[in-house]
Amino acid sequence: MHELSIVMSIVDLATKEAAKHHASGIEEIEMDIGCLSGIEMDSFEFAWKQGVKRTILENATKKVNRIEGKAKCFDCNTYFDMIQLFDSCPNCNSHLSEIISGKELKVKSLVLPD
Amino acid sequence: MCATCGCGPTSHHEHEHGHSHDNTQKSGKTIVDVEQDILQENNLLAARNRGFFEGRNILAINLVSSPGSGKTSLLERTLTDLKGDLSFAVIEGDQQTANDADRIHATGTKVTQINTGKGCHLDAHMVLHAVQGMKLQADSVLFIENVGNLVCPAMFDLGEQERAVVISVTEGEDKPLKYPDMFHTSTLCIINKTDLLPYVKFNVEKAKEYARKVNPALEIIELSCTSGEGMQEWYNWLKSKVLTPA
Repeated sequence: MHELSIVMSIVDLATKEAAKHHASGIEEIEMDIGCLSGIEMDSFEFAWKQGVKRTILENATKKVNRIEGKAKCFDCNTYFDMIQLFDSCPNCNSHLSEIISGKELKVKSLVLPD
Repeated sequence: MCATCGCGPTSHHEHEHGHSHDNTQKSGKTIVDVEQDILQENNLLAARNRGFFEGRNILAINLVSSPGSGKTSLLERTLTDLKGDLSFAVIEGDQQTANDADRIHATGTKVTQINTGKGCHLDAHMVLHAVQGMKLQADSVLFIENVGNLVCPAMFDLGEQERAVVISVTEGEDKPLKYPDMFHTSTLCIINKTDLLPYVKFNVEKAKEYARKVNPALEIIELSCTSGEGMQEWYNWLKSKVLTPA
């Protein structure tokens, strides 16, 4: 359940940002969570419910962009969809590849009230 | 971000501060572009730890595995066999008890126990505090034995130079495929308890093949800390990573 630690990090980050803008609450939070980032979304949802209680994010709408895993083969330069970290290149079957996207784990934006 | 003590530069739980600043806000909503990595606090502290280790020429190794793969036994044997060759210190991470720290202490090695309570992994902040209390020697090796868990510790950089994942032949050989994140982020894989191979179905070649599918650059060492088979290869690896003091 590292997802709870992740939620607590999000709460800290959002609290700091809101304080910079003297906001007393947050209406919406938008995040990028890549499919290869190591976050299990069911656990994340569960942790979110508990983790945001009595924090500035308690009533915030949560918007999550799931970023698909994409990789580039080192051997033949093919770009391909990576569902699992052990997926091989569909063109040459090599496992030597570079992950282009899917590892994202970030807070993109906050919507603050009046 | 601190799940244990709430201290440090990253604790900000004061939240609402009770009065508004209407004069600085226009009517309507404010959209703030944040664009920050959720793990950045951990990553910054990890970078700080890494700088500390590099400055003192300390080789920090994060040992990760599922519970019961033999991390502590591997350390006990290593610390005993290499006593006099290298100087060591150990940070033990467990949810509860100081049992592992007691085992390490019995080898005569400096050790600090971190109890994470309900926490399922060590983070850079915990290691920072542990290191502050340890007076680590320059030109030494620091083993950080993570909480036995093949999932959560994968995401948390502690500032280590090397991450060694330990699996044992009493587990399934498909562990690397079941828990790819850990194998993806590790630099060394130790296959432990090879003395039990005659009694179990574990296919070493398959395990190595699966591990390299996840991480083609992974180094793999097979050993048994009970029989001693393969230990020399591990010691050679360890010594090759220790930089000779300038």
